[in-house]
Amino acid sequence: MEDEQSFSDICGGRLALQRRYYSPSCREFCISCPRLSLRSLTAVTCTVWLAAYGLFTLCENSIILSAAIFITLLGLLGYLHFVKIDQETLLIIDSLGIQMTSSYASGKESTTFIEMGKVKDVIINEGIYMQKVIYYLCILLKDPVEPHGISQVVPVFQSAKPRLDCLIEVYRSCQEVLAHQEATSASP
Amino acid sequence: MPTPPPESAAPGNSRVPGMVLKAFFPTCCASADSGLLVGRWVPEQTSAVVLAVVHFPFIPIQVKELLARVQQASQVGVAVLGTWCHRRQDAEESLGHFLEGLGAIFSHEPWLQLCRERGSKFWSCKATRRQAPTCPGAPGEDQVMLVFYDQRKVLLSQLHPPVALPDHQAGDAVAGAGGLAAVFDTVARSEELFRSDRFDEGPVRLSHWQSEGVEASILAELAKRASGPICLLLGGLLSLVSAASACRVFQLWPLSFIWSKLSTCEQLRHRLEQLTFVFSTQKAENPTQLMRKANVLVSVFLDVALGLALLSWLHGKDRIGHLAEALVPVADHVAEELQHLLQWLMGAPAGLKMNRALDQVLGRFFLYHLHLWISYIHLMSPFIERILWHVGLSACLGLTVSLSILSDIIALLTFHIYCFYVYGARLYCLKICGLSSLWRLFRGKKWNVLRQRVDSCSYDLDQLFIGTLLFTILLFLLPTTALYYLVFTLLRLLVVAVQGLIHVLVDLINSLPLYSLGLRLCRPYRLAAGVKFRVLEHEADRPLRLLMQLWLPPHPLLGLPVPQAFLWGAHLPLEAERGQAGLTDPGHRPARHRHTATVSPPPCRGR
Repeated sequence: MEDEQSFSDICGGRLALQRRYYSPSCREFCISCPRLSLRSLTAVTCTVWLAAYGLFTLCENSIILSAAIFITLLGLLGYLHFVKIDQETLLIIDSLGIQMTSSYASGKESTTFIEMGKVKDVIINEGIYMQKVIYYLCILLKDPVEPHGISQVVPVFQSAKPRLDCLIEVYRSCQEVLAHQEATSASP
Repeated sequence: MPTPPPESAAPGNSRVPGMVLKAFFPTCCASADSGLLVGRWVPEQTSAVVLAVVHFPFIPIQVKELLARVQQASQVGVAVLGTWCHRRQDAEESLGHFLEGLGAIFSHEPWLQLCRERGSKFWSCKATRRQAPTCPGAPGEDQVMLVFYDQRKVLLSQLHPPVALPDHQAGDAVAGAGGLAAVFDTVARSEELFRSDRFDEGPVRLSHWQSEGVEASILAELAKRASGPICLLLGGLLSLVSAASACRVFQLWPLSFIWSKLSTCEQLRHRLEQLTFVFSTQKAENPTQLMRKANVLVSVFLDVALGLALLSWLHGKDRIGHLAEALVPVADHVAEELQHLLQWLMGAPAGLKMNRALDQVLGRFFLYHLHLWISYIHLMSPFIERILWHVGLSACLGLTVSLSILSDIIALLTFHIYCFYVYGARLYCLKICGLSSLWRLFRGKKWNVLRQRVDSCSYDLDQLFIGTLLFTILLFLLPTTALYYLVFTLLRLLVVAVQGLIHVLVDLINSLPLYSLGLRLCRPYRLAAGVKFRVLEHEADRPLRLLMQLWLPPHPLLGLPVPQAFLWGAHLPLEAERGQAGLTDPGHRPARHRHTATVSPPPCRGR
């Protein structure tokens, strides 16, 4: 069962949340970030090339121009491969674990998988980000030493940064799955 | 059974409505013919790990015997978990009934029935429990979730926890491994099951990852057989060498002092340690140690190869002769430049006005020293070619040894700069000590040695007079001494920087984990540190299918750090740069102490 809804992130950009319910115990949430805008790309390229041209008129060395082209190309490739995240996915499988995937604009995917045994809870937390106070969804991990303690807080959807309404949707679904898992694993 | 029983021991207790059963199915068996599923049931995770498929025809007694044998050999509770049906033709109803009848022969709770239609991607799975339901309304069937895994990669990736020592109980190792570790553990310890194959003539025909071709290599087997005696032989030789070097003669004062200062000796000692570690007859306890040994071995090979290349280059076309001929003029040139520098200091350097008398004294002293040094070099010049030729032979021990010798030669040739630095530093230090003490006298204070602090003190008039006089003299001579100190420190820093570069190169060759880097390129699954899941095509009312793949941590140089998969602690966490499975060497000695690189002035306490 697939479902798509439109939300906004903390800066006002448009986000699309895709929900897939594979089964009562397996759900996937996919947030697509806004694409690389042509306007900002053109602006950056023009700035770099104008600066290079300015330097060229000072130094009369044409290597500066080729270097500027090279830097722009490399910078764009690096940005697409290392920085620009297109989609962030949260896959929650009852009794296996939670998996977070970030896919970059160049197609690279980086995955993190957390076993269900290590997950204590999924919560919405408030945090200070620059000059704002924002809400973010995070996974609490159990402390192996102390039974009621928390060893780590893993934030989810770090680069998409959706607003509270989107987070509430994801939070409700995750809590349903976790409750289902608690019910099935508790001994009667 | 080695698995510890859950707290509620009765099997009927784990029945709660809607519980999902996970079936780990090997991808190699997805195309196998119909048969029985053989594997291990992990009750804590409600997961069934399928290891192999037994094909028709078989005799149940023989299957049970095989399983008992495997169980005894590997301490893994292997059992018949269910049936596997691969319908190749459209109408094979009889097969379905026959398979259901098998449930009566091999009883297992729960009984798994996997079925695949020909040409269809979607499977049908059923898991039935025969026990009477404890709570009314609970279904007799559980939902099944299929997780496909690549048996070969899981086995070869060594993600399982290390093998329990024989004196530990088998139960300890399994109890500590939770979650997915149990799955990997099961696969890894069932080697016995993977010995026989469906193409063998034995009574039972199995399908598993070895069915596509038994993994073995003649070279690898030969190497394994030969490694024992070779290790013994080389280990013996190395212990002889270390015994010889630990001999009492070398511990006497002048020799031990020289050995500690020469970086060549340090490098040789380090290599000896490494080789002793590699050729020790003790088997590697865990994959980390094996990686470390492999890294050291590959690095030694590379070193020797590069050294031999250097040797062949040096000995061709009489390059050593050219080098020797160029060496003395270079040393002369350096000495001439130093002379110019000293003449410049003795004049008015950078427009500063120096104290003429002190300037002349220091300048003449250093010039004389330089003159001695030049004569020494000229005395040595006939022997240089011979020495260089013999030193060039050392390249066959490795490039690192040659680089260390080069660094030592630089140190020896610039010994006069070192001496100048020491003189300048000593003089400056004395001056500063005197100045600070007389400054205290000028203010009427003194240093209390007992209390380690500055106390007031009443001086006599003549003490004050002489003290102030000396203070003034030292103060006005300070610029001259400071300038000499500055110039010689800078020169010394230059030499140290060059030596430092050479040492960095040597350390790089010593510690670059080439084996791990090569593995990352050729067999990345060996360096896997976790797993990731992918949901395969899903249809409503069909069981959920997931693909479990091995996950590599991001490349330390090219990838940004990402929070790592949180698994059991059998793995080294990815530290900054080279911190993974043999990439760092915790036994690696810390940054080499560069004995020839001390620049700070000797400490002096105020009085």
